[in-house]
Amino acid sequence: MNAFSRRRLLGWTGAGAAAVGIGAVAGCAAPAAPAPAELVVPFRGEHQAGIVTPAQDRLHFVALDVLTDDREELRALLQRWTAAAERMTAGAETTPGGATGGNPNSPPDDTGEALGLPAASLTLTFGVGASLFAKVGLDPSLVPPGLAELPRFAGDQLDPALSGGDLCIQACSDDPQVAVHAVRNLVRMGFGTTAVRWSQLGFGRTSSTSTAQQTHRNLFGFKDGTNNLKAEDPDGLRDQVWVSPDRAPAWLAGGSYLVARRIRMHIEIWDRTSLAEQEVIIGRTKDSGAAIGAAGEFDPADFAAVDETGAPRIAVDAHIRLASAESLGGVKILRRGYNFVDGSDGQGHLNAGLFFIAFMNDPQAQFVPMQRALAQSDVLMEYIEHTGSAVFACPAGLGEGAYWGQSLLEA
Amino acid sequence: MSRRTPAAVGVAVLGLALAGCTSTAPVDAGAGGPITVAATDDACDVSATEAPAGTISFDITNGGSKVTEFYLYATGGRIMGEVENIGPGLSRQLIVEVPEGGTYETACKPGMVGDGIRGAFTVTGSAQRSVDTDTRLAEATAGYQRYVNSQVEALVPKTQEFVDAVVAGDVEGAKALYPVARTYWERIEPVAESFGDLDPRIDGRDDGEPGVEFTGFHRLERDLWQDGLQPDSTAIADMLMDDITELANRVPSVELTPLALANGAKELLDEVATGKITGEEDRYSHTDLWDFRANVDGSQGAIAALRPVIDERDPDLGPLLDERFAALDALLENYRDGDGFVLYTALTPDDVKAMTEAVDALGEPVSQVAGVVSS
Repeated sequence: MNAFSRRRLLGWTGAGAAAVGIGAVAGCAAPAAPAPAELVVPFRGEHQAGIVTPAQDRLHFVALDVLTDDREELRALLQRWTAAAERMTAGAETTPGGATGGNPNSPPDDTGEALGLPAASLTLTFGVGASLFAKVGLDPSLVPPGLAELPRFAGDQLDPALSGGDLCIQACSDDPQVAVHAVRNLVRMGFGTTAVRWSQLGFGRTSSTSTAQQTHRNLFGFKDGTNNLKAEDPDGLRDQVWVSPDRAPAWLAGGSYLVARRIRMHIEIWDRTSLAEQEVIIGRTKDSGAAIGAAGEFDPADFAAVDETGAPRIAVDAHIRLASAESLGGVKILRRGYNFVDGSDGQGHLNAGLFFIAFMNDPQAQFVPMQRALAQSDVLMEYIEHTGSAVFACPAGLGEGAYWGQSLLEA
Repeated sequence: MSRRTPAAVGVAVLGLALAGCTSTAPVDAGAGGPITVAATDDACDVSATEAPAGTISFDITNGGSKVTEFYLYATGGRIMGEVENIGPGLSRQLIVEVPEGGTYETACKPGMVGDGIRGAFTVTGSAQRSVDTDTRLAEATAGYQRYVNSQVEALVPKTQEFVDAVVAGDVEGAKALYPVARTYWERIEPVAESFGDLDPRIDGRDDGEPGVEFTGFHRLERDLWQDGLQPDSTAIADMLMDDITELANRVPSVELTPLALANGAKELLDEVATGKITGEEDRYSHTDLWDFRANVDGSQGAIAALRPVIDERDPDLGPLLDERFAALDALLENYRDGDGFVLYTALTPDDVKAMTEAVDALGEPVSQVAGVVSS
């Protein structure tokens, strides 16, 4: 087996590749254009991949507990993780020949289920939770303000077994097997140093993070993330997503905060709700995704418009109004959520919902007011409940030779 | 419980001379001279803590009220020699070959549990020149064969006590003896499982498969804890004793290879991960943690026998194994109850998760040993 590939590496793994979205490739006349599945997203760069990377179709997210108090042991694992992650995002095994090329009496280094599969736009994004610092004796002054615990929101039904974690790894890919392979192998490498606290599989991205992408739908059947921050809006990303050096310890400069919420949706109840009510609750039409009263999906919502009776055309408690930058003093977030179905719940209902992931540079100033407004007023809350919650700080991207967490551990 | 093919451990009839094996027969004590060990329930007085390399013999007298064991350990818990099952008031002799000088440890284990009462023991000089790899591998298998033999030596009388209690209708006595007898079985399970005919009879579980008779330890477990003694319980108990006796007769013919040791060590942890952590194995008695402890002991016994080879070929692996075994030992001690363990039903989901994490942590480096010893 070729030492460095499950697949032939494409020539264009330079910095520009991330910006070449799936939509940009589709319909491209260039004869050598690779199929979307062939895409390799660069692992290293100014920011971590998997944040503004055009949202892939599949997710395997894992939150881990660190079992050691030995910082050197953690550092060694992060170095091994980084090497394996970089290889896997390029479509390779965790180690050269790792799946089948080793001693036949040893378990293979690589579990092998991704052999023959392309990179499939795999990104691996790494974050640290507030609980990590004390555990491995890091200076408390390194804890960034954004890692403060989220307040309790009305209606939260948080399960500790689906919340928190010292570390997280977000694996996104266009192929679920590629994402699962990556998490499985990283988890395996961590046994004894880390243990899985909880994990979540997701399918069907519920946001677009690039103007080149269509807006997909959540399990309530509505287009989700129409007004999301997009990769093509560097000013918006700078103001809302990337942590500026003056707002946090140096190790997090250029990074971002990841807020994860497992949102269980009561699908069966929603499905018995009339189309008219569904649209009023969301504030958009189900068909085109246009805000009520607007013509096209991306036409701006007119929150001031009133109908013939003088009532607001978009209800005062409509989801899009409550979550809008207009009603939140200009605050936006970069959403990157996925639908999930974890089988059935034992009562014959889908154990399903939205695994909400969002990136921002100040959870307290961005996510908290948004979620508070939604939790208090959103009629949608009658159809959903938040069952898991976590916040992680995701450092900036890695330069050559750097490893995950280096800026923190060597701060 | 076997879920594996009988070929899990290579078997060959050898007419085995257990080379260098532990003996309890009176033998000329050799250069080391007899060292006396006065074992009680809370002390382990060894008359000398130093001996020259070569043959060393210990005369152990159990002056306590509990059954005890005596061990001589090398680095990493490698058992140089041991005597199991020394009843109160009894004396036994351990004669052990220690070819290399260095630091060793003696241990008495009153109640046959835990780490025991440890003491440092120094061996001076060297009876043996440079040891090549083949010699180390041969010593590893011989050492493990000694371990297996010593376990069988205890398995037979302990099973007899258990069977006697069942036959006598002493339900409470039998319940107390059940996990004790099984300890010696579980420590050497991969070897026992290599006898594909005996294993299902001795350790099979009631999976409701038509035409398969439910016999052995777990059938008696069901009778004792759930159904009450049945008309055929005595016959089942006698059959168990016959099968264990047959096992003991066949064990000396097992030829072990370093690879089989390494795989056996891994399989024992697999047993823990699939049968004991889940509470599946002892579903009537809930004494799974006794089996858990014994499986880990057995795994460590096999790894320890291979330790000199591991240290030679992968110097980082041995210390990692030590660390992970120690972490699991420490965790298990939290669940000790007297000479045994709390019942599985007393465990919380968090307890089970902590044990799963510790077994996962240990299982990964243990799974590397086969590759190291066969490289």
